[in-house]
Amino acid sequence: MNRYLIRRTLLAVPTLLVISILLFGLLQLAPGGPAALYAGPDAGPEDLERISRLLGTDQPAPVQYLRWLGGILRGDWGISFRYREPVVSVLAGRLPNTVQLMAAALLIALLLAVPFGVVSAVSRWRLVQYLASIAAMLGVSVPTFWLGMMVLLVFSVKLRLLPSGGIATIGLEHDPVDRILHLIGPAGVLATMYIAAWSRYIRSSLLEVLHQDYIRLARAKGLSEGAVLTRHALRNALLPLVTLIGLQGGSLVGGAMITEVVFAWPGMGRLLAEALASRDYPVLMAAFMIMAVLTVLGNLLADLAYGWVDPRIRLG
Amino acid sequence: MPTATRSQAERTIRPKPPLTPARRAWRTFRRHHLALAGAFILAVLVLASALAPVISRYDPEAASLEILAPPSAEHPLGTDDVGRDLLSRLLHAGRISLSVGFGAAVLTVAIGVLAGAPAGYYGGRVDALLSALINVMLAIPILPLALVLSSFVQTNLTFVILIIGGLSWPAVARIIRAEFLSLREREFVEAARVLGAGSGRIIFLHILPNTLAPIIVAATLQVANAILLESALSFLGYGVQPPQASWGNMLQDAQRYLRTVPELAVYPGALISLTVISINFLGDGLREALDPRLQV
Repeated sequence: MNRYLIRRTLLAVPTLLVISILLFGLLQLAPGGPAALYAGPDAGPEDLERISRLLGTDQPAPVQYLRWLGGILRGDWGISFRYREPVVSVLAGRLPNTVQLMAAALLIALLLAVPFGVVSAVSRWRLVQYLASIAAMLGVSVPTFWLGMMVLLVFSVKLRLLPSGGIATIGLEHDPVDRILHLIGPAGVLATMYIAAWSRYIRSSLLEVLHQDYIRLARAKGLSEGAVLTRHALRNALLPLVTLIGLQGGSLVGGAMITEVVFAWPGMGRLLAEALASRDYPVLMAAFMIMAVLTVLGNLLADLAYGWVDPRIRLG
Repeated sequence: MPTATRSQAERTIRPKPPLTPARRAWRTFRRHHLALAGAFILAVLVLASALAPVISRYDPEAASLEILAPPSAEHPLGTDDVGRDLLSRLLHAGRISLSVGFGAAVLTVAIGVLAGAPAGYYGGRVDALLSALINVMLAIPILPLALVLSSFVQTNLTFVILIIGGLSWPAVARIIRAEFLSLREREFVEAARVLGAGSGRIIFLHILPNTLAPIIVAATLQVANAILLESALSFLGYGVQPPQASWGNMLQDAQRYLRTVPELAVYPGALISLTVISINFLGDGLREALDPRLQV
């Protein structure tokens, strides 16, 4: 570890603090206070005042923020207005599902993007290049939620191959085959954008690398084309991809959110959408912060990984 | 030399027109067939939505008793769940989605320039402050934040444009900053400074015109991004509000009829995809044509 990496790591903390202040300030501006929502339509003015005092919303905003922050650090994330249970336990039920979805999507994307990008870069056939560039562009242009709807339409409504959403069939929660069948649709849809974006990146990066002198040298000393490609070209071409993957943490979070809504996947994104609709502030705040943490973590990992794979950075 | 032979010689060996940057850019662009196709399709889509009232005489927001009617001579694409003409709605929705796309892209680039230019030009403390802001903004997931913002108020078209533009600018600001950072060291800037030009004059009249190429490319891609973001917001119910049609909120309604009338979901999404892919190819072509580094 050098100073650059340490500084990057330490910077993540103030970044998250600023995000939390911004979000807290935003929620203060929201119409219809939390107390009114918690109390319900039948509550009188005294009830409202009592609940306000109970929730702490009668305090000035900075006090509320510091209390909230202190609570977060102690593991007390408040009570969900909607579910009437601690936010921590609401989230604990959802976060693993989102992580599972994201991990599956990233795995699919990595496994497919590299061969796809390599083929579109080294293929000598015009037609393959053309089709590959159209397919890749299509992948980054189609809205994720619409792709999800079309997958549901084709594979579950028409062909009846996949379940029509959810995370498991009721009663079969521990059946791995059933779980995988439920995962294929959303993970595949979420992966599509990344397969397309990364393979485009790999293609242009590889084309650039293949013109370098050291590739000519490798060929000149008699290495097979396969060895030149995998051992010399690809290694250097894939370097920038590491950064790209990390930087897309934010879009992955957003993509996962909307995919969850389409496929009725019980994860954080769907929870956030529900919390918005029901003005469940504690859950909203917590779900949003977890998404911000995932994004910042992605950026940080990108920096660290880049320093790890590229020795030149370590000197900087 | 007699004049007659001279003009004859001119006719046979015609001097090549000078290769200006614009001409060279057009030459590269013309060879990018997919970009040309994108520009053409985009033009057709813009024209079709501009001429929406001429193409389809139905009011896109007027319900009727003909609910979920199949395509007919009266309604070429059928009607939706409250009996509104689908073709009319698709065309008028195109107006909304394209307006959001172009409006938000202009706003994004404007804010991006206002934040990126001083950061790159002045450097030092100004840069540290603006870069910190840019980095924090880049660390916030855009879609959830846009959702939170739009859930507070009854959103309308202007508000959606403001939200998307107000959240998308950091990526553009970073590009502009990098451009200014390298251009401010060049001789022409120094020359302008020596001649007594003020900072504002140097930024806007000397450096900014030289960053036009990356700005045009970024702006094009921002149009595509904004259309995608608007469709996602509207799909979740927090963007353009019904009865006003946007491709995104048409898909929200269509979700319930996925089993019975899938056309309602297919058309709007296909139009979003077609628009966005056209813009992306156009952006690709512009990048190749305008980026001097890519010209081999």
